[in-house]
Amino acid sequence: MLTAEEIEIVSLSLRVAMASVILSAPLALACAYLLARTDFFGKSVFDALLHLPLVLPPVVIGYALLLLFGTQGPMGRLLNDGFGITFAFRWTGAALAAAVMGFPLMVRAMRLSLEAVSPKLEMAARTLGASRIRVFLTITLPLALPGVVVGLLLAFARSLGEFGATITFVSNIPGETQTLPLAIYGLTQTPGGDAAILRLCAISVALSLISLIASEWIARRMQTRAQLSGGGALA
Amino acid sequence: MIDVDIEKSFPARRGEADASSRRIVAKFKSDARIIALFGKSGSGKTTIVNAIAGLVTPDRGRIAIDHEVLFDSSGALNRSVESRGIGYVFQDGLLFPHLTVKQNLLYGANRAFAGRSSVPVEQVTELLGIDKLLSRASPTLSGGEKQRVAIGRALLSNPRVLLMDEPLASLDAARRAETLRLIERVRDELGVRIIYVSHSIGEVTRLADDVAILNEGHVIACDHTETIFNRADLRPFTGRYEGGALIEATAVAHDHEYFLTRFSFEGGDVVAPGLEVPLGSRVRLRIRARDVTLATERPRGISIRNILTGSIVSMDDRGGAIVEVIVRIGSRDMPSRISRQSRDELQLTTGQQVYLLVKAIAFDKRSMGYTA
Repeated sequence: MLTAEEIEIVSLSLRVAMASVILSAPLALACAYLLARTDFFGKSVFDALLHLPLVLPPVVIGYALLLLFGTQGPMGRLLNDGFGITFAFRWTGAALAAAVMGFPLMVRAMRLSLEAVSPKLEMAARTLGASRIRVFLTITLPLALPGVVVGLLLAFARSLGEFGATITFVSNIPGETQTLPLAIYGLTQTPGGDAAILRLCAISVALSLISLIASEWIARRMQTRAQLSGGGALA
Repeated sequence: MIDVDIEKSFPARRGEADASSRRIVAKFKSDARIIALFGKSGSGKTTIVNAIAGLVTPDRGRIAIDHEVLFDSSGALNRSVESRGIGYVFQDGLLFPHLTVKQNLLYGANRAFAGRSSVPVEQVTELLGIDKLLSRASPTLSGGEKQRVAIGRALLSNPRVLLMDEPLASLDAARRAETLRLIERVRDELGVRIIYVSHSIGEVTRLADDVAILNEGHVIACDHTETIFNRADLRPFTGRYEGGALIEATAVAHDHEYFLTRFSFEGGDVVAPGLEVPLGSRVRLRIRARDVTLATERPRGISIRNILTGSIVSMDDRGGAIVEVIVRIGSRDMPSRISRQSRDELQLTTGQQVYLLVKAIAFDKRSMGYTA
C-alpha cells in the first residue's frame, strides 16, 4: 500500500487542512453573520477584502503572510515573543496559509445559509423572551447548519489543494510543510519521479473525491431533514 | 391600561410611484380586554403593534402598559424586545420549523414576570385543542393547527398583553370561525388582554371592546366598538360596502323549530339565526346598510321577518346611484342604503316615518360574538 513517506505526507496534509478549518471557522461564522444580518459603514469594502484571497494570485497572499507572520514580521514577532507561536517554516504556517485561502469560500457558504433564515423567526423568538445570543444559538444556527457544514467541508477540500501561498510562506520542507501538492511539485523537479508522482496524484484525487462526496452526502442529509422540518434553503 | 402615543416616519422608498414619505401617528388609550386596530391594509396597523413589541423604534413618543413604561423618547428609554413581556401572534404563525410542537410551545415558557402567575401548559394545550399534536414536527401541521400552536406559544410566555396581527388571514372560513371562538375563550378563561389587528369588520365587531381606527398611518378615533361603528363621521372608514349599524342586543328566546333566535335591544326586537347563543347573553348584531330596505307603509305578504319603525334623520345624496338614509329608531341611528331613484319615487323627506325591513338571515353571523 502506501510507503512510510506517503503516509507522512497524507497525514500532514490532513492535519494542516483540519487545523486551518478549526482556526478559521469561528471567525468565518462571525464575518458571515455580520454580512448577513447587519448593515454598517464600509460593508462593501469589508466584503471585497474578504473575497481578495479568491482572486489574488496565491503567491501574493503567501508573500503578504511572510511579511506579516515571518520571524521578522510584526505579527510573527508578537506571537513568537508573547505566546511562543511560530508560523515561519512550520506546519502551523501551512495551516494559516490554507485558512486564509479557504476563508472566502467558507464565509460565502455560511453567509448564504444565514441569509436564508427568516429574520421574522428571530423576531418571534425575541418576543418570546430570548436574548440575541440565545436566538442565534437556538434558532439561527440550527436552521443555517447545513450551509455552515458545507462551508467547513469546502474550506477543508480547498486546504488539501493549497499550493501557491503555502510554498511562498513556509517553503517546501519534507515532514514539516510538505503537503500533498508540494510533494508532487517537489517530485516534478527531480528526474525519474514519475511513478511516485502518479501515486501521489492518485491519493490526491481520492482524498478530494472523498471530501466532496462527504460534503454532498452531509448536505443532502441535512437538506432532507431541513425540508422535512421546512427549514431554510441550502447554500 | 394600554397607553400609546407615538410617531414614526419612514423615508419614501426609491422607485415607488408615490414618493411621499409615510408617517405613523398613533395616540390611543384603552383598558379594554380586546382592543382592535382597524384599518385598510397599509394603514400602519402592523407598524404600531411592532412598536409596542419593540420590533420597531418610534421617532418620538411613549408606550406604557399598566403604567409601566416600555418606551419613552423624552427619557431615552427603550426596553428590549425580550424584556417587554409582550406576546406576539404573527399573521403566518412563524413556528420554529426545526422544533417540535412541544418545543415551540415551551420556547418562551420559562419567562416569568413579576407578579404574574404562569398559566399551566396543560390548560393552554387543552383549551386550544393541541394536546394531541405535542410530538409532531411543526412543519407538518395544517394552517389552523399552526396558528393555534402560535397562540399557545405566545400565551405560555406569560405576556402582559397579547398582540395578534391578522391571525386569521391565512385560514379558510371554517378554521376562521373555530379560531375566533378560541380567541374568545382565551379572553374569557385566561383573562389575557389582546391587541387585535384586523381589516375585517366582522372580526373586529365580534371580538373587540374598543376599536382604534387607522387611516393612512393616523389613528383617527379610539372608542368603544359600538360607538365607533355607529358614528356617522367615521362611516367612510368603517367600510363603504360593509358599512352599517352595530347593535348590542340580548338573546331572549330560541325557536328550535325554525332555528331562529329573538334578540331584544332598546329599539325593538329582531329575529336572526343564532341558536348557539346562550339565552340572556349579550351579542353584537351587525346590520349592513345595503341589507336594510325602506318602506313608507307596513308591507304585507312579504318574507321579511324584521320590520322596525323609525323616522328619517338625514339623507346623504351625492348625486350617484346610491343615497344613504339615516333612520332613527329609539335612540339609535341606523343607515340604509337605497337607490336614488327609490328615494325620489317614494318622495322620502327628513322627519318622515318609515319602516325598516331586514331579512332574518341578513345579519352577519360571523360578527355575532358573545361573552360566555
